[in-house]
Amino acid sequence: MWWRVMAEAVFVGLPKRFVKVSIDGQELDVLEGLTILDACRQLDIDTPTLCQLETLTPVNVCRVCVVEVEGSRVLVPACSRKVEAGMKIRTDSERVRHSRRLVLELLASSVDMSLCSAQVGGWMSRYGATPQRFGDSVATVAQPVKIDNDLYVRDYSRCILCYKCVEACGVDAQNTFAIGVAGRGFDSHISTEFTVPLPESACVYCGNCIGVCPTGALMFKSEHDMRQAGTWDESRQTVTETVCPYCGVGCMLELHVQDNSIVKVTSPLNNSVTAGHLCVKGRFGFQFVQRRKQE
Amino acid sequence: MDIRTTGGPPTAEEMAAVDGVLGDPTSLWEGGARHPADDHVAFGGHATRSQRPLLLPVLHAIQDRVGWVSRGALEYACRRLSIPPAEAYGVVTFYARFATDERPAMALHVCDDLACKCAGADELCSELEHAFGPAGNSWRRSPCLGLCDRAPAALVERAGASHQEVQVAPVTVEVAVEVLRGGRWPESVNRPLPDRPRKLLRRIGAIDPESIDSYREHGGYVALRRAIELGPEGVIREVTEARLLGRGGAAFPTGRKWDSVAKAPVRPHYIVCNADESEPGTFKDRELMERDPFAVVEAMTIAAFATGCEQGYLYVRGEYPLARRRIENAINQAHAHGFLNFEIEVRRGAGAYICGEETALFNSIEGKRGEPRNKPPFPVQVGLFGKPTLVNNVETLVNVLDIVVDGAVAFAATGTQDSTGTRLFCLSGNVHEPGLYEVPMGTTLRALIELAGGLRDGRTLQAVLLGGAAGSFVTEQQLDVPLSFEGTRAIGATLGSGAVIVLDDTADMKQILLRIARFFRDESCGQCVPCRVGTVRQEEVLHRVLSARNGDAHSSDINLLTDIAQAMRDASICGLGQTAANAISSGLIQLNVVARDG
Repeated sequence: MWWRVMAEAVFVGLPKRFVKVSIDGQELDVLEGLTILDACRQLDIDTPTLCQLETLTPVNVCRVCVVEVEGSRVLVPACSRKVEAGMKIRTDSERVRHSRRLVLELLASSVDMSLCSAQVGGWMSRYGATPQRFGDSVATVAQPVKIDNDLYVRDYSRCILCYKCVEACGVDAQNTFAIGVAGRGFDSHISTEFTVPLPESACVYCGNCIGVCPTGALMFKSEHDMRQAGTWDESRQTVTETVCPYCGVGCMLELHVQDNSIVKVTSPLNNSVTAGHLCVKGRFGFQFVQRRKQE
Repeated sequence: MDIRTTGGPPTAEEMAAVDGVLGDPTSLWEGGARHPADDHVAFGGHATRSQRPLLLPVLHAIQDRVGWVSRGALEYACRRLSIPPAEAYGVVTFYARFATDERPAMALHVCDDLACKCAGADELCSELEHAFGPAGNSWRRSPCLGLCDRAPAALVERAGASHQEVQVAPVTVEVAVEVLRGGRWPESVNRPLPDRPRKLLRRIGAIDPESIDSYREHGGYVALRRAIELGPEGVIREVTEARLLGRGGAAFPTGRKWDSVAKAPVRPHYIVCNADESEPGTFKDRELMERDPFAVVEAMTIAAFATGCEQGYLYVRGEYPLARRRIENAINQAHAHGFLNFEIEVRRGAGAYICGEETALFNSIEGKRGEPRNKPPFPVQVGLFGKPTLVNNVETLVNVLDIVVDGAVAFAATGTQDSTGTRLFCLSGNVHEPGLYEVPMGTTLRALIELAGGLRDGRTLQAVLLGGAAGSFVTEQQLDVPLSFEGTRAIGATLGSGAVIVLDDTADMKQILLRIARFFRDESCGQCVPCRVGTVRQEEVLHRVLSARNGDAHSSDINLLTDIAQAMRDASICGLGQTAANAISSGLIQLNVVARDG
């Protein structure tokens, strides 16, 4: 009977306490269970991150957010390490700056990072990263763009292997598991089974992988085509917020519009309905809005 | 989850291989025949998904039977196990043993790693190249096969219904050519151990490794009886007081680890014996498993008893077929004689050095890519399947037998204050008598090399690689270092896995360093940036540095190597990346490319 079900006690977890930590000499109280990155953000310390995203499980693979924790032999990733009482954290020591610089250099020397956000460029100059210093004849992940469907393209020469798309395709959002990390070492890459084209894979074209990609490796076909044609111009784009018209869930959409046509659809990360994720209809089913003129 | 399979049906042989592990499919949903009931019933859910740990055994079965894993075979396995094909593909391509392109049934893996290099592996490889074309198809180059005492070494594999896998060492050009032409291979036998007092190794050579009765005649299962008298707390107390330190490389206090697992409130507890010995130049665990397998099983039983483990796994490296057979036989016999009251599952590695890292090993047992996890949480709290897990190296476990029987005080009487007991050292390279040597902790490196007959006549020492590829080079001047954890630490070296590769003046240090760099590039799992890209850049820059004419290396390149090394040491997720620059940094000092500090 339903009221019995309702009456059962719900365990909401132990009450959380605040723990005292010190970051770069500043003492602060942080809620137990939060990460060092959360704590840094409480103090407005700009911490570089690449593989971290609020809506995804931390994988701590890019290592650009590393910080020094007193008593720890190696640096620790701020994105996944939980705060502990009495932790003494340094976010700008020589060791931290060195590792952050090297991570950025190693990545930029092997991957095309030209479409990363301006923030990444800012970190590169803050840490003095000069990827060219490894020389000209170094191994890179350069390869042709994969265009095998009408909705989105995959340019893995821009892939820093942050695992975000795999997480979004998997248990963190879509549960489709169309892509995974294949290969080993420097040959690791994002792939469908036996590198089959997307239409042969389990892909449902939700585009949530595009939504989380930090480097422009995954991109709307519309955006890719416009970039190729040289017509992509973010300064001429406006963003219109609306609610998806298809079903009753009520996903919030952000329509990116250039020259009065929709060129890209996103959803805000902090939206309680979507957490940034959409389905194929919300993400790609916008053509009906802009077909009228051609009639 | 919708499993989409578009690769066509598997062959009858591939199906037989998969069904051999999983049993016949019961419905259309598992890839079997269509029954009317299938239209109304869907399989899946927790029961199906919980079969994920069977992925590697299934892949091994396909590889054993067919020689490669086709798309049809993989998708059939995925359907049976309810695993998304993209994830399974990620697993197949992670492990060196599995091939995703068609290959001949016969394969010869020729080791071209450090010890075998000293024994002429490069010449062997170039002969094979001449006769059979470049490596990659019928014959392949392989990282260390753990047969360094009998170098050069090779592993023969023949796929088919009766799969064969045999170690051949030492291997000659004639033997390799004969094998590749479809001929027979000679029986390969263990090297007799040097005639000197042994503790841990005392049963080796004296017992029949396939007979539990023989083991019992030589004091087997006395320790288990004593352990039961002592009780779990008593055993942990003895191990703690014996101050036993882990022999796998990290030298963590064993007693403390056992105590943490025993006290962990979460259930079940797992015990994992780490027998994925892949450090170049190391073969001690192989020798123990091949020649004294019951000791390993007995020690695991005691550890499980002391720490309350309900299920055990022994993860043995894929390149050790004989060790695997002997251990499996030992487990079966122990079961049959009532000496084993819990299950020990033998899991077979698939060619990935990284799986020796404990958390990568867990992922591998769980049927995933062998990518290490970030620590903390540590395995004693969150380990295999997310449960408290005791992971110990083979040698560590075998030490427990004597601790339990003789007591902590007697055990700690051997060795030094901080490093108790004896230690197994794997001597290889340019020494007279390569092999496994057991000496008390604190014995000097010089004495150890003398035990092995020293260098060959008229040769002078160039360097000793202590601890394998993850270790570091020791010079002639440092030969009097006491081989204990604290002694080696004092000179910035490490005992590591106990590998001691001796290089005389004939060894080409440059080639050795490049091989180490290639090793780490090949074996990095690719998860974190410092190691994935760092090992590649390290190899590239090292090539530049070593190909520069003497003393002509650009100081900018030397700085690059130092910078990469520091970032890998500081920011990598696991020990592989953290140690990937050690040997190279110390080797460059040895070559006088880099100035020695102070």
